[in-house]
Amino acid sequence: MEIIKPGINIDFIGKRKIAYFISGSLILITLFLLAWKGPRYGVDFTGGVVIQVRFDKKKSIDEIREALKPIHLDDSIIQEFKGKEAEYLIRVRKTNIDLAKVHDQVKDALIARFKKGVEIRRVEMVGPKIGKELKQKALLAIFYSILFIAIYISGRFEMKWMMSIVMATALIISVYTAFSLGAKVTWLIFIAMIVTLGLCWFLKLRYALGAIIALIHDVTITVGAFLITQKEISLAIVAALLTIVGYSLNDTIIVFDRIRENLRKPKKQPFPILVNKSINETLSRTVLTSSTTLFVVLALFLLGGKVIHDFAFAMLVGITVGTYSSIFVASPILLIWEEEFGKR
Amino acid sequence: MNRGILWRVILAGFAVFVGLIYLIPSLPIYNALPDWAKKILPDKKIHLGLDLRGGIHLVLDVDVKKAVETHLDRMIEELRHEMRKHKIRYLKMERVGLEGIDIKLMREKDADVLSSIIKRNYPELEITHKEKLISLRLKPEEKHRIMNMAVEQALETIRNRVDQFGVSEPDIRKQQNNTILVQLPGIKDPARAIKLIGKTALLEFKLVDEEHSVEEALKGKIPPGDEILYQIKKDPRTGREIKIPFLLKKRTLLTGEYITDARVQIDPRTNEPYVFITFDSRGARIFARITGENIKKRLAIILDNKVYSAPVIQDKITGGRAQITGAFTMQEAHDLAIVLRAGALPAPVKVIEERTVGPSLGRDSIEKGIKAALVGGAFVVVFMAIYYNVAGIIADFALLLNILFIMSGLAMFGATLTLPGIAGIILTIGMAVDANVLIFERIREELRTGKGPIAAIDTGYGRAFITILDANLTTLIAALILFQFGTGPIRGFAVTMSIGIVANMFTAIFVTRIIFDYLYAVKGLKKVLI
Repeated sequence: MEIIKPGINIDFIGKRKIAYFISGSLILITLFLLAWKGPRYGVDFTGGVVIQVRFDKKKSIDEIREALKPIHLDDSIIQEFKGKEAEYLIRVRKTNIDLAKVHDQVKDALIARFKKGVEIRRVEMVGPKIGKELKQKALLAIFYSILFIAIYISGRFEMKWMMSIVMATALIISVYTAFSLGAKVTWLIFIAMIVTLGLCWFLKLRYALGAIIALIHDVTITVGAFLITQKEISLAIVAALLTIVGYSLNDTIIVFDRIRENLRKPKKQPFPILVNKSINETLSRTVLTSSTTLFVVLALFLLGGKVIHDFAFAMLVGITVGTYSSIFVASPILLIWEEEFGKR
Repeated sequence: MNRGILWRVILAGFAVFVGLIYLIPSLPIYNALPDWAKKILPDKKIHLGLDLRGGIHLVLDVDVKKAVETHLDRMIEELRHEMRKHKIRYLKMERVGLEGIDIKLMREKDADVLSSIIKRNYPELEITHKEKLISLRLKPEEKHRIMNMAVEQALETIRNRVDQFGVSEPDIRKQQNNTILVQLPGIKDPARAIKLIGKTALLEFKLVDEEHSVEEALKGKIPPGDEILYQIKKDPRTGREIKIPFLLKKRTLLTGEYITDARVQIDPRTNEPYVFITFDSRGARIFARITGENIKKRLAIILDNKVYSAPVIQDKITGGRAQITGAFTMQEAHDLAIVLRAGALPAPVKVIEERTVGPSLGRDSIEKGIKAALVGGAFVVVFMAIYYNVAGIIADFALLLNILFIMSGLAMFGATLTLPGIAGIILTIGMAVDANVLIFERIREELRTGKGPIAAIDTGYGRAFITILDANLTTLIAALILFQFGTGPIRGFAVTMSIGIVANMFTAIFVTRIIFDYLYAVKGLKKVLI
C-alpha cells in the first residue's frame, strides 16, 4: 500500500511565501502574548499549592470558594476538570502563608462544608526555595541542550567536524567569560544562542543555520500554543520542549541528507528544483513517521488522563510544527541563502 | 549472509532470553514460582513511581541555624552552672547570634580561671578576652559539625518515626543544602503522616508562676524570667479553638530526651485517652527532685511550645513515670506516643516541598497510561501491517521486542516507572517505526530501480543505517540532558526514552535484518512483500 506515490511532486518551495506568512504570524502572536500576558508558570516555578480534589457529586465553583473562606483562601483559582467525575483543581495563589499547612487546612475546610465524599487526589506544594531550584534546573537543561545541539549540528550538517570543534570552542569561551562576569543562566542561554547563530552565519554553515532557525521556530510556536490556551508551563512541559527539539532535528536531518545526496549526483539541476525534489522524495517517510508518532501522542492526549494531558498537548503541537518546519522553514532558508550568496 | 544468520539468531535469541529473565521478577506470575526458580532469577525489579503508586514525597528543610542557637544556649546553661561552682560572678552572659557567647565578668582576675575551665571543657571554642570581657566564638568547623549533626539526627529521628508508621519501602535520605528527602509509597492518610514527620516534638516541663497574675502579664508586663504559653482546647460543640494562657517560668526543668517509653492508655473514669511516659534513671532522678522541691505547685507539660496540661504536684514522684493528659483523640494520643518514643527533632524542620498522590489517582494513572499505550500501539501495529505488508509485520515483531527490552531495561537498572515514563514508552512506540520506515522506503526505492530483492534489501539497510543512527542521536542527547537535570517523574521519562532508543536501534536494524535475510537469502523468496 502506498499513500504517497513515488514521483510525487508537490510544489512546496513555490508555496513558501505562504509558509513565511503563516510562520511569521504565529511567531508574532507568540511574541506579542509573551510581552503582554507572559506565560502561566506552574507551581514548580512560582511556588504555591495545587490541590486536586474529587467529590461524590458535582459542586459549583462558588460553593467550593465559600468553603475556603474561613481559611482565607477564597481567592484561589478553582478550575473544574471536564468529564463525568466531579473533579476540581484548587490553585492557592498566596505565597506568604505557611504553605505546609495548606494541604491540611483545605482538607479540613472542605470536609467541614461538604461533610462526606471529599477525596484529596493530589497535592503539589512547592516552597519558594524549591521553586527557585527547579527554575534553575530547567534553565540549565535548556542551556546545555543549546550547547550540545549547536556543537552537534555544526559538525553533522556540514559534514565538517572541524566546524564542531570551532563552535564548541567559541561557545565555551563566550559562555565562560559571561559566567565569570556574573551573568545568570538566562543570559547565558541568550549568549549561547547568539554566538551559535552568529558563527553559523560567518562560517557559512547554512545547513546548520537552517536547522537551528527551524528549531527556534518550533519551540516558539509551541510556547505560543501554551500562551493562547493559557495552559501552565511546568517542568514536564520543558521536558516536552526538549524532546520536540530532538524530534524536529531528526526530521530536518532526513531532508537535508537527501538534498546533499542529490547535490552529489552528476545531473545538474537548479537548486530550488533540487530542494523541492528532495522534499518530495522524503515525503513518504516524513508523513508516515509523523503520522504514527502523532497518533500515539493523540492516544495519550485523549486517553492518558488529566495529569499527563498538558504534556501530550505540547507534544502534539510540537510534532506537527516540527514536521511542518522541516519542509517549509529549514529548506527555504537554504534557498534564501543560495539566492543571497549564490554559492552551493 | 547465510552463515551469518545462525550466530545472529543466537545473539538475538540470547538478548531476548536475558530480557525475559530480568523482566519476570516484575511480573505478577513471579509470586507463583517455586522457591528454587526465585533464587536463580535476579532480584531487581521495576519500581512504580509515587505518581503511579500513590504516596508522599516530602522535602524537609532542617533549621540548622536554630540547632546552633540551641547548642549555644545549652552551653550558656552549663557555663552558668560551672561559674556558680567556682564562685565566678558575672554581670552579663548572652549568646551572640550564631557566632558565640559574650560574658562580662565582675572581677577581672576571674578571667584566667574561667578561660582555663572553658579550654578544658570546650576545646571547640575560641577565647578572646579584654579586661572584664570574655568573648567565646565557635570555630567554623565546629559550626559546620553542629549543623551536620542536626541533619543527621533529624534523619535518624524521622526514620524512627516512619518505622513506627509501618510503611513498606520508605526512602529517607539526606540531600544538599541541609534538606532531607522522604518518600513514602502507599500511605493512606498523607496529611497525618506529614504532620507526624514534621513535628518537632520537643517535650518540656516548666513550673507555672503562681506568684504573678496572668492577666497582668497579658497586658504586657511579663515578669523577668517568665513567658506566656497557651493551651489550645477545642470546644466540642462548635469545633472552634480556645486559647488559654499560662504564665510560666522560662527555665526548662526537664525535657523529653530522658523518655524511654510512651504508651497510650485510657482513663477508666473519663474514658479519655492519655499518654503514659517512662523516664530513664537520670530523668527519673531529675523528675523526683523537681516534684520533691515543688509540692503543691503546678507543673506544666509543654509540647512544641504548647501547653498540654498543668497538673498540681501532689507528691514527690520517684517512680520515673508521668501522665500526659490533654483531651485528645485516640489517634492524636497514638501519634504523640510515636513522636515521644522516636525522640524530638534536634532542630525544627519545615516542609518545603510536598507532592502527594492519592492511591486512587495512582491507580487511575496506571490504567489510563496502559490504555493509551495499548490503543496507540495497536494502531501502529495494524497500520504497519497494512501499509508495508509482510515487511510491516516483521517491523511489528521488532516493535514488540522493543517494548520487552524497554521493560527489562527498567528492571535491570532497578529504575522507577512514572507516568511520564509511560508517556516515554508510548512516544518510543511512535518513533520506533521511523527506523523501519526509513529502511523500507529505501528498499522500495531500490526495488523500483529494478534491483533484485537481496540487493535492494542490502542497499536499503546500508543507506538507512547512518541516517537512523543520527536521527536517534539527537533525541538521545535531549533525553540524557533531561535525565541530568530532571526531577523524579521527568527522569522516568528520560530513562524510558533512552532505553527505548537504544533498544529500537537493535531491534529495527539487527533483528529485522535477520528475518529478511532468512526469508530471502536462505529461503529464497523471490518477491519482496513490502
